[in-house]
Amino acid sequence: MSHRKNTMDRTAQQPLTEDEIHALVDERLTPDALAAVHKRLAHDPAAQSTIAQWQQHRDALRRLHQHILDEPVPAPLMAAGQQTAAAQQDIHQRWRWGGMAAGVMLAFGVGWFSHTAWLGAGHFPPSSSTLAYTGGAPEFARQASFAHAVYAPEIRHPVEVGATEQEHLVQWLSKRVGKPLKVPHLQTQGFELVGGRLLPGEAGARAQFMYQNTAGTRITLYLGAVDRTAIGAGAGVGADIRETGFQFRADGPVPSFYWVDQGFGYALAGPVPRETLMKLAEAVYRQL
Amino acid sequence: MNSQSIVDQIPALRRYARALTGDAWAADDLVQDTLERACSKWRLWAVGSNLRAWLFTLMHNLFANSVRTAKRQSPDGTVDIDDVAHEFHAADPGVDQAIDLQRCLLRLPMDQRAVLLLVSLEDMSYADVARITAVPMGTVMSRLSRARRHLQELLDEPARTAQPASATGKPTGSVTPLRRVK
Repeated sequence: MSHRKNTMDRTAQQPLTEDEIHALVDERLTPDALAAVHKRLAHDPAAQSTIAQWQQHRDALRRLHQHILDEPVPAPLMAAGQQTAAAQQDIHQRWRWGGMAAGVMLAFGVGWFSHTAWLGAGHFPPSSSTLAYTGGAPEFARQASFAHAVYAPEIRHPVEVGATEQEHLVQWLSKRVGKPLKVPHLQTQGFELVGGRLLPGEAGARAQFMYQNTAGTRITLYLGAVDRTAIGAGAGVGADIRETGFQFRADGPVPSFYWVDQGFGYALAGPVPRETLMKLAEAVYRQL
Repeated sequence: MNSQSIVDQIPALRRYARALTGDAWAADDLVQDTLERACSKWRLWAVGSNLRAWLFTLMHNLFANSVRTAKRQSPDGTVDIDDVAHEFHAADPGVDQAIDLQRCLLRLPMDQRAVLLLVSLEDMSYADVARITAVPMGTVMSRLSRARRHLQELLDEPARTAQPASATGKPTGSVTPLRRVK
């Protein structure tokens, strides 16, 4: 018993280790450990003065730039933060959509396989069979939504040609999509042109124009000829596709409004509420 | 979805960057770079893991790289504290003391400064600091000790000069040496 008491006394008089001092200053000790350390601290004047100094540092450091925590975040940083968050969301969604894309690829693969099998047997497939996997206008809107998800989060290369070279941009894209294009102005709605890029589509080239508002939100206008095969088929599907009214789709990575005008498809996509997107789409439509 | 949480981290990132660099512009540039880095590296972030620690890791790496580059380019890449003195908004202890503290902080070697700030300012656990700075826990603890001793020596110096001194003196017995037990 007395032996045990001696050991306890000795433990109680052991100087604090440096790790313990840090843990005390940084308030990392459990209540039990804290009580034990406090007992030993009573016999350790050196540790007492160190702790006093280090606690002072800690308090001073925490006061030093405290005001920054209450300041409004500067707009460029806020925009970068929102963009980063949007990129994260897109990646998240692409995982989900990846599964569906794989399904489309599989359907395409099966279609292609049967196609070649037919060729081997000396038959040509009826052109309408291709309609099974080229979804026409809805597919166009989906591609627009994916193109948005891929390029809108880009920081350094969101576009191939920037808004400063607008004339060149328009000439180049008009030539490639085979139709004289106009870049709609959306400044009234708070969106400035960032630039544009060329993308592959089923019936040839497609163009994407990107706009951004001061909060860093980006919307994209995707346009190009819709599937010629579908149009040329002359069946019910083709006839529907030549002209459509505004249609809203929310099942892609970002929502979009799309419409088809004289065999040319347009889709406006972006992470904004439906009403906002509708107004923007109307503004685009009026200018085209 | 996560837009709120990442935006929520910005004020803390700004404060840490400010204490680390001692300069308002450099700090916001560092935050901007960090956010852009996060944007391009999202795939490497495991959903549900500690977003804050991950962002601080990105920032730490960017800052460490820039310090290394600056050292290669010029031996004296430090901001003159008197040029940025007007930027300090100290609360009660007075502007002078705040400038003084920031000045001393900038004289600590980068590794020590980062550890001290992550622990004191951000209340990061020692284990998180070890992960963020990619060193073992023991190294974190010894850097923390050196930083705290060193800071005390700098604050105790009777006549401090405005120069970002290259005198990173060894701890002299102003604080009683303590035993370290690992």
